[in-house]
Amino acid sequence: MIPLAKLLEAALFASARPIPVDELSALAPDASPAEIAASLDTLREHYDVDGHGVELAEIGGGWQILTRAEYTEAIERAQLAARPQRLSAAALETLAIIAYRQPIGRTEVEEIRGVAVGSILKSLQERALIDVVGRAEGLGRPLLYGTTTLFLEQFALRHLEELPRADELAIALRPSPQPL
Amino acid sequence: MGLSAAASTVTDSVEDGSGAGPAADHVEPPAPSPEPVAPVGFVVDLPAFAGPLDLLLSLIRDEKVDIYDIPIARIAKQFLLRIRMLQLNDAAEYLELAARLLRIKAQMLLPRHGEAETWEDPRAELVRRLLEYQQMREVVDILERRGDERRSRFARAYLPESGELALAPLALSLGELLTAIDRILRVTREPTVHTVVARTLDVAGAISLVRNLIAARRTARWGELVARDAEPWQILSMLLALLELAKLGELRLAQPRPFASVEIEHDSTGEAA
Repeated sequence: MIPLAKLLEAALFASARPIPVDELSALAPDASPAEIAASLDTLREHYDVDGHGVELAEIGGGWQILTRAEYTEAIERAQLAARPQRLSAAALETLAIIAYRQPIGRTEVEEIRGVAVGSILKSLQERALIDVVGRAEGLGRPLLYGTTTLFLEQFALRHLEELPRADELAIALRPSPQPL
Repeated sequence: MGLSAAASTVTDSVEDGSGAGPAADHVEPPAPSPEPVAPVGFVVDLPAFAGPLDLLLSLIRDEKVDIYDIPIARIAKQFLLRIRMLQLNDAAEYLELAARLLRIKAQMLLPRHGEAETWEDPRAELVRRLLEYQQMREVVDILERRGDERRSRFARAYLPESGELALAPLALSLGELLTAIDRILRVTREPTVHTVVARTLDVAGAISLVRNLIAARRTARWGELVARDAEPWQILSMLLALLELAKLGELRLAQPRPFASVEIEHDSTGEAA
């Protein structure tokens, strides 16, 4: 591997969180963005082609070295690391609405879900998956929520646009073609 | 199954309004059979359903009806039956949707006046909400899949929940520490020596001063008790005197807003006691 790829590998290994490209560039001020990108490609190929237990993933606007999925069970069985807890269906619904409608207030989320979400918003905020991003105009200036970088990281999204557009959804309930 | 025993009066009246009547009990119960548990106060969130819209959507799916042409009477009846079975008849959110369904049902029964184009389907708003909810469920599926994918791969370390990186441990050699101490000692080679003189506070004097003033005027302000050029010991004496008198219930202290002058008032309740 070229020295730049090795440098990036070392930095990615040292970091517990995905490193954004601009921070990777800061490691090697002389390298052009193209060289950084090429080195990341080299590194990824190196892991994939030479058969490594880890892989390079692009997540939450950055790059991260992750273990391969096939070893998860063995690692967990040996209690070397534990998977984070899954979110409840209610929390996921709330998160989904915020991801698409952000910035969005509590009332609008409740309108879509049909149930109260106050405590769920609080726990999502405690888990740093959402945050207050502003206040709405109007009565009481209600808080507006949006998703965080950690949200992207925990759902392996490079950016929000990776979620399907709203008009690509809602196909499951389209009426089946019926003779009129 | 003890349906009628578990049913609350609220649900009963709602269902009577639907015209479904006791016949509803004979409708074949849908697939997920509930545990025959004793009725408990609130069963708000069952693992099976994330809310009333979720329940309604699953009904529409189970009954294989077209969401754009919901047979509202049938679905409303099924909905009421299910919230009884699942003991959700105390959960306001489910009841609210039940009531909404019945209202739509009533609207559907009204004779339609005028042109067909001007008639607005009373189900339209419900359909819009259901579609919106369904859309969101699709996103949930995506997020669930992506989340599981990510959870099945470990990063090199635990992800800190807050996303904040811990401070790096202090790296310092003994030599550096001694140099730093030396530098400090050199700067303060000739320390300034303060002579600290103990001044006794005159709390008793301040108390009698406040008592006299309050007896004459009932109210006073901090600015009136302490002279502008007061010595620290005088200010402290006065402060302690006021706190002492407030503790004894002889006066009340109030500050209308931060940094405003403290208002001192005679406490008549303390006198009564």
